[in-house]
Amino acid sequence: MVRFDDVWLRYRHAAPGEAAEALRGVSFEIEDGGFRWLTGPSGAGKTSLLKLIYLAEHPARGRIEILGTRAARLTRREAAMLRRRIGVVYQDFRLLPQLDAYDNVALPMRLARRGEAQIEADVTEILRWVGLAHRMDAHPDELSGGEQQRIAIARAVVGRPRLLVADEPTGNLDDEQAERLMVLITALNSLGTTVIVATHNNALVERHPFPRLGLERGRLVRDG
Amino acid sequence: MARRRGDLLGVRAALSRRLLPVLVGAMSFLAALALAGALACAGLAASWRGEAASALMIQVPQPDDPDAAHDATRLAAVQRALAGDPAVRGPAVMSAAEVNRLVAPWLGGDAAALGLTLPAVINAEWAGPGTPDALAARLQTLSPGTLVKTGALWAQRVAALTASLQGCALAVLAIVALVAAAVVAVATRAGLAQLRETIETVHGLGALDADIAGRFAARATWLALVGSVGGMALALPVLAWLVWLASPFTGPARPGAFVHLPPALLALAPLLPGGAAFIGWGTAQLTVRGWLRRLP
Repeated sequence: MVRFDDVWLRYRHAAPGEAAEALRGVSFEIEDGGFRWLTGPSGAGKTSLLKLIYLAEHPARGRIEILGTRAARLTRREAAMLRRRIGVVYQDFRLLPQLDAYDNVALPMRLARRGEAQIEADVTEILRWVGLAHRMDAHPDELSGGEQQRIAIARAVVGRPRLLVADEPTGNLDDEQAERLMVLITALNSLGTTVIVATHNNALVERHPFPRLGLERGRLVRDG
Repeated sequence: MARRRGDLLGVRAALSRRLLPVLVGAMSFLAALALAGALACAGLAASWRGEAASALMIQVPQPDDPDAAHDATRLAAVQRALAGDPAVRGPAVMSAAEVNRLVAPWLGGDAAALGLTLPAVINAEWAGPGTPDALAARLQTLSPGTLVKTGALWAQRVAALTASLQGCALAVLAIVALVAAAVVAVATRAGLAQLRETIETVHGLGALDADIAGRFAARATWLALVGSVGGMALALPVLAWLVWLASPFTGPARPGAFVHLPPALLALAPLLPGGAAFIGWGTAQLTVRGWLRRLP
C-alpha cells in the first residue's frame, strides 16, 4: 500500500520563478497491487511526488506510508532495504556509464547479493523481454535513447519489485515499444506489483484505462 | 556465461593509482625518519643518562701543598683515598694541558702565565649506591677545599633534552599521520565528486552506506598500502646512512647486523604500512559515510 496524508514538499533551493513548494497537502491511497497513472502538466509536481515514493526526498510536512512502512521512522539501513523492494524508472535513465547493458540490469540484484546463477537467468530473460538480448555487451553511450530507456526499465523490474515507480517510461519509445512495455508492466501488476506511472502520453492512458492521480501546481486535482 | 563484476561503482578509475600512493609514500618516508628519530632518542637517552649520572669529578686546589697530616701532597692523599674506595672506579688525573684546555674560554690558553695555580682534576666513575657525600667529607678532611661533583645534574638535563627530542619526533609522526589522513580524505572526496551521479543512483537502488563506503575504503587501503611500502623501501637506505653518520654517538654496529639498523626500528618498520593502510581504510570510511549523510 502507498498512502500520502496531507503531504507537503518544499525545495530549499528553488530556481527563480519556481514555486518553493512542489507539493501542497497531497493525500491519496493506492491499495496493494493497484495501478495508477500520474498525470498533469510539466511542473505540476509529478516527479516530486515520485521522489517521495522512492525515498529520494523527505516531505516538509505530512505522513507517507510505503509498502506498509512509515517513511519517517526508517533508519538508513531500513530505508535502503525498502528501496530494494521498489523498482524505479528514472526520467533521465541513470544508467551507469562504466557498466554494459547486462551489468546495468544486474545492478539491483547484485546490490541485494543474489546468486550469479539467478542473476544470469533473470537478466537474460528480462533483456529478451525488452528486445535487447543482442545488445547486452553494449555500454550506455553505444545505445540509442530508446534502448537506454528499455535498459532502465529492465533494471527497474528485474528484481520483481513490490512497487514499481516509472517517470515517463515511454518518453523515448515508439508506439510498438511503448505497447510492449505496457504488456510487461501490466503483467507485473497482475502478479501483485503496485504500479505508479507518470506520463504525458494521453493515448497510452486511454488505451489502458487505469485510475488516475491528477496533479496541478502541486495539488492533487483528480484521484480515480 | 557467468559474469563477475568487481568494480560496480568505477572506484578504481576515480581513486587514481598515481597520486594517492605517491603522497602516502612520501608521508611514510617521513614517518620512517620520525620513528627512527624517536627510537634513536630513546636509545641515546638511556645510554647518556647512565654515563652522565655516574661521572665523578674531583677538584683538588693547591695540589702540591702538603695534606692535613703533612704525610704527602694533597693530590697524592686524595688519589690514595680514591684508590682505596671500592665505589670509585678508574680515577685518572687530568694532565695540566687538559685542564688548561678546559679553562681556556675564561683564562686563555695558559693559566700559569697569569700566575694562577690551577686545581688538579681527577675524573672517575661512581659505582656506589646513592651519592658520594661520605667520600666528599673524607676528602675534605684529607685535603680541605677539595670538591666532589657528580653528573646527576647533567643527567637530568640530558634526560630533559632527549625527552623533548623524542616528543618532537613523535609529534612529527602524528602530524605525518594527520597529513596522510587529509590526503586520503581529499582524494576520496575528489572520487566522490567524480562518481556523484553513480553513487546517487546505486543509493536509490538500495545500496547500503556500508556497501558504498566499503568499496572506497578497500581501494584507499590498497593504494595507501602500496604507497607506504614504497616509501618504506626508499627510507631504509636513507636510515642506514643516518645510522652510520650517528655511529660515533651510538657505539659500534653489531657485526653482521642488517644494514646496521637498530633492531627496534626493524621490528616497528612493518607497522608503518599497516598503519598507513588503516589510515586509508578509516579515513575513506569516515569521508564516504559523512558524504552519504546528505542523501536521504
